[in-house]
Amino acid sequence: MDKRTQDYGKYAGAIVIWLLLLSMPLWINQVGGYTQLGTRVVVMALAAMALNFLLGYTGVLSFGHAAYFGLGVYGAGLTIKFLLPSTFAGMAVGVLTALVAAAVIGILIVHLRGIYFAMVTIAFGQVFYFIAFRWNNVTGGDDGLSNWGRLPIDFGLAKLDIQHSPVMFYYFVLFFFAVSVAIMAALLRSPFGRTLLAIRENERRTRFLGVPVDRHIYLSWLISCTFVGLAGTLYGLLNNFADPHDLHWSQSGDFVIMAVLGGMRSFWGPLIGAAIFVVLQDYVSTMTQNWMSFIGLFFVLVVLFFPRGVLGILRRKAAS
Amino acid sequence: MSLLQVDNVTKRFGSLVAVNAVSMMVEPGELRAVIGPNGAGKTTFFNLISGFTTPTSGRIIFDGKDVTKLLPARRVWRGMARTFQITEVFPELNVFENLQIAVEIAAGFRLRIRLKADEIGKVRARTGELLEMSGLAGKSDRLVGELSHGDQRATEIMMALALNPRLLLLDEPTAGMGDQETYDITQLIRTLHRDQKLTMVLIEHDMRVVFHLADRIMVLAEGSLLAEGTPEQIAANEAVQAAYLGKAAA
Repeated sequence: MDKRTQDYGKYAGAIVIWLLLLSMPLWINQVGGYTQLGTRVVVMALAAMALNFLLGYTGVLSFGHAAYFGLGVYGAGLTIKFLLPSTFAGMAVGVLTALVAAAVIGILIVHLRGIYFAMVTIAFGQVFYFIAFRWNNVTGGDDGLSNWGRLPIDFGLAKLDIQHSPVMFYYFVLFFFAVSVAIMAALLRSPFGRTLLAIRENERRTRFLGVPVDRHIYLSWLISCTFVGLAGTLYGLLNNFADPHDLHWSQSGDFVIMAVLGGMRSFWGPLIGAAIFVVLQDYVSTMTQNWMSFIGLFFVLVVLFFPRGVLGILRRKAAS
Repeated sequence: MSLLQVDNVTKRFGSLVAVNAVSMMVEPGELRAVIGPNGAGKTTFFNLISGFTTPTSGRIIFDGKDVTKLLPARRVWRGMARTFQITEVFPELNVFENLQIAVEIAAGFRLRIRLKADEIGKVRARTGELLEMSGLAGKSDRLVGELSHGDQRATEIMMALALNPRLLLLDEPTAGMGDQETYDITQLIRTLHRDQKLTMVLIEHDMRVVFHLADRIMVLAEGSLLAEGTPEQIAANEAVQAAYLGKAAA
């Protein structure tokens, strides 16, 4: 397959994905789903794609992204509940909280590599989990933070009732997904994005090309955590609830599973992974408590036989 | 003035003295070879120059400035580039992208989100120029990880060259190569030296390559400087023959 057909293939794939996402409310009920499930897929896909900015395109594995996801959830929830009953205010605070936490923690860990980096991200993530879990008066402890939720957005001329219309909220989420994904794609196609690829490919070479590698990893980390934080705020708004599990390291693991399952070397892979993960979780969990063992089995099979993920399989088929 | 002045550097790893009080002066435009038996400390010596490790004592002066304590990236900014004994490239990117990244970084675009049309044009032109020079133009959309060892090495040298270095350090550029590949790389180095007057220091095992290319040769043995001189002087040096050439002949 020459480069041009490959490029057409990529465009065609992206168009199909966007058409499916845009038309989701029209067909999801016919295939046995429901709109909120579609929203969940898009939110998780944003988180997984944000993680993959760091994992797949910079070559740095974080096992603590749930911390920034959860900070988004709690940031939005606490703001809306206690400070200002506004959806946008909640989102802004949620994203900023994630960004600030990532900025501080990033400075401490950015010089670490590989398993050391992953371990330390887990450790810092668990700090936030235990704060949310224990600080009953503020966070609601292990009961979670309830009695708050997304509110209609008043633009003056028109009102966007994301509170009562799941379809409206879906498009609200899809809008933020589209903007985030467009920004990440643009970054990855830029000279800056190529330095990240270079670090993934060969850190030593990149350093000896004169790139201060730690600084570039730090920027990639900030970008990744910010979009994960945004996904967190949307997730909180979807559930009208903040669960301490959103901060737990096992949630971080789920993001990694989604990215690897779908294919971490492809831009859209984590979206496919998130869709499989969320849908499987939804269907199988109605039949058995042990839905995770099915995901686990599937994950092991994919990693063993198709190390480039589900999208990698499809690509290989297309190429042959 | 010397471009590179290595002043009495020593590197210890615990009780092992890998490099022992070695000095070297490299003049602009010179092609210097560093040779020596295995374990002589050649690669450590190289790592000290390029900033991969810092010396226990001694100084490294590049272009009149003390760079002994500088990080590798900062030495690169001052005009030092290197290749590695085990080729360091971007295996899952194609040849064009490998060179493009190096060219963009060299142009100071590493933090840029957008390039202007003329900047994109310049990057393309320079990348194309390097592709031509390397003889890899026909393979520009091949993944570097799938290329032959020689082509990977040529890619790496071109990436270093993309930085417009004033000093190029080559760590065993022909290691593990067949005759044809060795010949091709030797030609490439010779062209760079003759046509671009590029100053180079190379470590090399292949004596044909060394005596064919080098202006001056420096011999290390057990971490210490054994001899230094023109290829003729080194070939005639008895200490060198005993420690190195003699051993190889026997």
